[in-house]
Amino acid sequence: VATILFFGRLQDEVGASRLTAALPDGVRDAEGLRSWLGREHPALLDPAVRMAVNATFCAAGAPIAESDEIAFLSPMSGG
Amino acid sequence: MIRVQAEPFDPGAELAAFTARLPDAGAIASFAGLVRSASDGKDVSALELEHYPALTEKVVAAIGQDARARFGLADILIVHRHGAMAPGEPIVFVAAAAAHRRAAFDAVDYAMDRLKTEAPFWKREHGPDGARWVEARDADVEDRARWG
Repeated sequence: VATILFFGRLQDEVGASRLTAALPDGVRDAEGLRSWLGREHPALLDPAVRMAVNATFCAAGAPIAESDEIAFLSPMSGG
Repeated sequence: MIRVQAEPFDPGAELAAFTARLPDAGAIASFAGLVRSASDGKDVSALELEHYPALTEKVVAAIGQDARARFGLADILIVHRHGAMAPGEPIVFVAAAAAHRRAAFDAVDYAMDRLKTEAPFWKREHGPDGARWVEARDADVEDRARWG
């Protein structure tokens, strides 16, 4: 199973900061995971939400596997 | 050098230690950001700063390296807190050492603009109406755009 993390306001919108999921056969890249989870949690489809795989920012086409830690990041603000 | 930590820190002590390490720098500029006691006209009782340790440290380090290269710094220090903090407590401290003042001023300004818009931290303010997430403002994004 893959570990999926949610940061910022996404935690309220998804109702969790972390979940684990077996990836369906058709879900092989970051965008695929976003579309799949986005059906239940439309907040994830916001283009301002970035993604990271194993703590590295990733592009839409980045491959994902069951052993990965995948993060959905709502807009960031330090300082 | 960068540090992302839960523990409170003293900006004055950080600046003194940084300056002592760099007797030949010529110019040192610094900035300290503090937790506000009010935000959009509402009292803030506490600020919670969430982060994603592995990613946050990588991004903050990259911002430090970029500032160092871009402004030809002798050194840069970024200290950033995470976790719960009270109004008035320091959240962030940046100090830059360079041969001349302009590079030092600009490097601190640049690093703060990038931290405000790109560093993986998420802020939640607690106040009389409960908790609310705070994201970068349009002005922060415009400030960041000045640097290309």
